[in-house]
Amino acid sequence: MTSAATPVPAEWRDFFALTKPRVMSLVVFTGLCGLLAAPGSIHPVLGFTAVLCIALGAGGAGALNQWWEADIDAGMKRTAKRPLPGGRMERTNARDFGIALSVSSVLVMGLAVNWLSAAILALSIVYYAVVYTIWLKPRTPQNIVIGGGAGAFPPLIGWVAVTGDITLMPVLLFAIIFVWTPPHFWALALFVQTDYAKVGIPMLPVVKGEAATRRQILAYSLVLFLVSLAPWWIGGTGMIYGIAAVVLSALFVVLSLPVGVRRSGEDDRMKPEKRLFGYSVLYLFALFAALVADRLILGQGLSS
Amino acid sequence: MTPEEQDAHKRARRGRNIALALVLVGFVVLFYAITIAKIGGS
Repeated sequence: MTSAATPVPAEWRDFFALTKPRVMSLVVFTGLCGLLAAPGSIHPVLGFTAVLCIALGAGGAGALNQWWEADIDAGMKRTAKRPLPGGRMERTNARDFGIALSVSSVLVMGLAVNWLSAAILALSIVYYAVVYTIWLKPRTPQNIVIGGGAGAFPPLIGWVAVTGDITLMPVLLFAIIFVWTPPHFWALALFVQTDYAKVGIPMLPVVKGEAATRRQILAYSLVLFLVSLAPWWIGGTGMIYGIAAVVLSALFVVLSLPVGVRRSGEDDRMKPEKRLFGYSVLYLFALFAALVADRLILGQGLSS
Repeated sequence: MTPEEQDAHKRARRGRNIALALVLVGFVVLFYAITIAKIGGS
């Protein structure tokens, strides 16, 4: 009898890796910011539960994503060592783990917080695991735009956990991350040699070329400038957020300009692209921190 | 199965059991806290 016939059972670390812990840090942060920036108050225990459920739901969606993409991940260097392509776990285990996490996160959110935020959480999981992963990611070069929608849900869910209804403000928070994701990811895609082409995922730089990707980065950063200021314009925030958004988003556009107009040469060091990518992460953290600071310090703003 | 493989099996299963126990205890504490919070809030 060979050892291949009796695989070692997966360790807990492999299950933990299925939840994409690094993506989760951004999910927890933006979800918490949405919760803190919302008008009204929530019991700290219930607020903690809401953020926990957002994180569990994201982890479940991440596990379902890796269950579905095990074959694709096996073909790419960056992902070949994940638990499934690495052969450390059976595929159905990842699926069941993902479903268990997703269902329990939605149920706990509904029972402990409110059912509207639970419904949006369920929608976001289905959106990421089915609409994005299964349906559109392998079919369109705009897949990152669609995937950005999944990452944009946490602040909306955090906000609705407090207020219990959907107004314009949480939808604008959704829109900010939605518009931020494409330039953030495509800047990375320009300087990291990916093997998406090999596994048949149509990433924009591969399908439409570098020039088109650069144009779209610039276009999205201009839209981001307008969208990020909208919460201030409608009176949903005070000066702290308004000034922070103007400065942060103007810098985003300034850093996108060279990326948008230049072409890379032979042995290009890709400095502007790396700078834009690094800044884009800082940008999102700073913008949402400013939103929370605005609420906590000025305490003003409409609930609409 | 060699003794070494058997040991690896046992270790992996034990680690998973401990992790699951911690998760379950965590949920018990969480539900207790939620219940108290809900009673106090109404």
